[in-house]
Amino acid sequence: MEPTSAAPQAPGGTEPALELRGIDKRFGTVHANRSVSLSVGRGSIHGLIGENGAGKSTLMNIVCGFHGADSGEILVNGRPVEMGRPRDSIEAGIGMVHQHFMLVERFTVLENVILGAEGGRRLGEGFAAARASLERMGREYGLEVPLDEETGRLPVGMQQRVEILKALHHGAEILILDEPTAVLTPAEADQLFRMLVLLRDQGKTVILVTHKLREIMAVTDRVTVMRQGAVVHETATRDTSPRDLAEQMVGRAVLLRVEKKPAQPGRVLLEVKNLEVRDRLGVSRVKGATFSLRAGEIVGIAGVSGNGQSELLEAVAGIRAPSGGEILLEGRDIAGADPRGLGIAHVPEDRLRMGVVAPFSAEDNEILGYHARRPFSRHGFLIRGEIRRDCARKIADYDIRPPSPWLRITLFSGGNQQKLVMAREIDSKPLVLVVGQPTRGVDIGAIEFIHRRIIELRDSGKAILLVSVELDEIMGLSDRILVMAGGEIVGEVSGSEATEKTLGLMMAGVKGERKP
Amino acid sequence: MRAPARLPRWAEFGLLPLMNLCAALLISGAIIRLIGESPWEALKLMVTGAFGAQDSIGYTLFYATDFVFTGLAVAVAFHAGLFNIGGEGQAYIGGLGAGLVGLAFGSWSPWLVVPLGIAAACLFGAAWAFVPAWLQARRGSHIVITTIMSNFIASALMTYLLVNVLIKPGQQSPETREFGRGAVMPAVDVVLGKMGISFAPSPFNLASLLALAACLAVWVFIWRTRWGYALRVVGQNPRAAVYAGISPERTIIVAMLISGGLAGCLGVNELMGSQHRILLDFPGGAGFVGIAVALMGRNHPLGILAAALLFGALYQGGSELSFDMPHVNRDMVVLIQGLVILFCGALENVFRVPLASLLGAARRAPPA
Repeated sequence: MEPTSAAPQAPGGTEPALELRGIDKRFGTVHANRSVSLSVGRGSIHGLIGENGAGKSTLMNIVCGFHGADSGEILVNGRPVEMGRPRDSIEAGIGMVHQHFMLVERFTVLENVILGAEGGRRLGEGFAAARASLERMGREYGLEVPLDEETGRLPVGMQQRVEILKALHHGAEILILDEPTAVLTPAEADQLFRMLVLLRDQGKTVILVTHKLREIMAVTDRVTVMRQGAVVHETATRDTSPRDLAEQMVGRAVLLRVEKKPAQPGRVLLEVKNLEVRDRLGVSRVKGATFSLRAGEIVGIAGVSGNGQSELLEAVAGIRAPSGGEILLEGRDIAGADPRGLGIAHVPEDRLRMGVVAPFSAEDNEILGYHARRPFSRHGFLIRGEIRRDCARKIADYDIRPPSPWLRITLFSGGNQQKLVMAREIDSKPLVLVVGQPTRGVDIGAIEFIHRRIIELRDSGKAILLVSVELDEIMGLSDRILVMAGGEIVGEVSGSEATEKTLGLMMAGVKGERKP
Repeated sequence: MRAPARLPRWAEFGLLPLMNLCAALLISGAIIRLIGESPWEALKLMVTGAFGAQDSIGYTLFYATDFVFTGLAVAVAFHAGLFNIGGEGQAYIGGLGAGLVGLAFGSWSPWLVVPLGIAAACLFGAAWAFVPAWLQARRGSHIVITTIMSNFIASALMTYLLVNVLIKPGQQSPETREFGRGAVMPAVDVVLGKMGISFAPSPFNLASLLALAACLAVWVFIWRTRWGYALRVVGQNPRAAVYAGISPERTIIVAMLISGGLAGCLGVNELMGSQHRILLDFPGGAGFVGIAVALMGRNHPLGILAAALLFGALYQGGSELSFDMPHVNRDMVVLIQGLVILFCGALENVFRVPLASLLGAARRAPPA
């Protein structure tokens, strides 16, 4: 890999590290980037914020050479870079850390890092050189990772460090992070930000792509707002506020807090008694969970990711068999029954892996799980006209864009995909809605919309079980909050009394109070 | 991580397969030139050999019928995310089913025996596919491995049966006696003859109508029924299937049963339609050609129909070619067929990326 430090520097180093001029890109009829110009100063952390579908990811994919642009140019240190060639971008010193890690899980950290930069024909030399330089970088940037550990065994936050190290090892001077905190706990996110500041102070340039205002405010020097493919606003971070940025992103005033009336809980709809869940390896993930869910209330489950919430959610949704205990819906055991038939709808935590079928159209996804019922099918045959009409109606009701039922689901933005999933599950008229990470990878405008829909469902007398790693979301939506740690429900607080501090303590395993 | 280049439909289903075919023919031409024959003459011989006379058209369509069955078999499994390369064995055993019906009930009315033979072919083919399907669904044994092994078992089993059990007494060659007249799928020339239209005799028989019906049925099944929907969900995202309450295990088994049944129908065309007895190795590789047919036909019944016709023509034209050109022997024809499979199947992305960027450039070219 060519060292990039030899790049000519303007006096005073004021020349931008990365400059985009008039980048324009269309995918078919979608105008993803409209003549975007952007200038990122060397040694700064630059935020790129916008709703999903605003064109941030497309722009960054053009910068790292995954896509070519239709017109425009990219300059690194004032020198033009050939577009549409990942290798040229890497050689220019651009490194990308993707939202979904591109690591070989069975490789060690060291093997992953030198992947693509093996340095010669014999691996041994590459390994030795890489080990030395990684240890040095680890010290300089606070990026220590166990180099000989199998990558798949590391926690997610650690894997992300491996991605960053890999980019740096490949000679990155400009580091692009795409939604880096989507998979991190709050503490891990803070750690990441400290690393980014260190990197900046060492002269690296960082571009942080996100839709979370808190992160922009916390760590960036400048921020660029994109909306509908164009840059609509650019400012120094200290001169702006979250409210201001949110309005720029959405193009209108938004509510950052969820507004809702007090809950009016009715009869018990769902009862979970001494629920035990084991994973495929036989490890106990949920230990004796007991709680009930009433009509007209939202119960949130808080906890650090991986403490049994996902397993609990899937057991209640009927797609993971419990190893003990009972789940009763209106007094009837749901074991072995079709949960949808009983009135349990489920918005899964991992939309792309479970909630939708990527190569299918929006309308084919809208019948997933309900494909065997009227009006979507009769005597085994799908009623195409009805499926399209129904999907078009949901698209209108949920303001899903573009309004094209026949379009492949992956051509919709994350927020619109999630609205499609919400529409499908809420419109099935469930008694209980089980929902995991309802706003993961979803933009502000859509978050507001999805939260409103969940509260509307509550107000119509349904019960909602909510799992989310976003504490703000749990506290904003829930009428009662259960906290899970180590597979057990360790505490319960009412939504109005919860604070980040009390929840945080319980999440860390300090037992709270639990009314029987 | 570059997504496979996407093309407009006309290019995906028309231009690209045509380009692949032309590339294969170009290289075949170069090889024919190398052995001292004229490529142009060879092409002419192949085309007239496949379509030049009534009986050659009959043979082309007869082979195409085989390939429609095996191509559909591969496609149905493929939609469920399964690579069934056991079509050869399933067809072989399917033929056993049809043949046993022909041997046992050949004296009955064809109105009864022919449907019975079709049913038996489907049933036997499906039963043969059930074993790998079950192993995949319940035990996680990889379907590619188990289906290819079941091909060998089918072959050994049929050799044993034909040599030791079903052989016509008093002869050397391992084949059964002829079926009774009731088990004969009428040839097209005979049917046309009864209607007063004369057509040169060929093995082209009414099983081809069954193949057309199978195309339609597969299309309806895959895209218009809830079971086809479930099958596609399992093929594309097994976790989403579990989420949707679809059992991947059951779906895998159903898909393979249908796949095996379709492959088994080859026995109807070959045995009840043409040979009228069971003989060694009658599928003759058609099960494998089905893989290429499905690939080239993009797993869509219409595409499979077109690809099956192409391969039917290659078979028929190729054998005519080996008759007429002294230096082109049977192996050379297999080589040409192999090149077509290579370019249309394995190398199908070779022209995709350049074509996509070319078309992309063309679309951008007019100044906005």
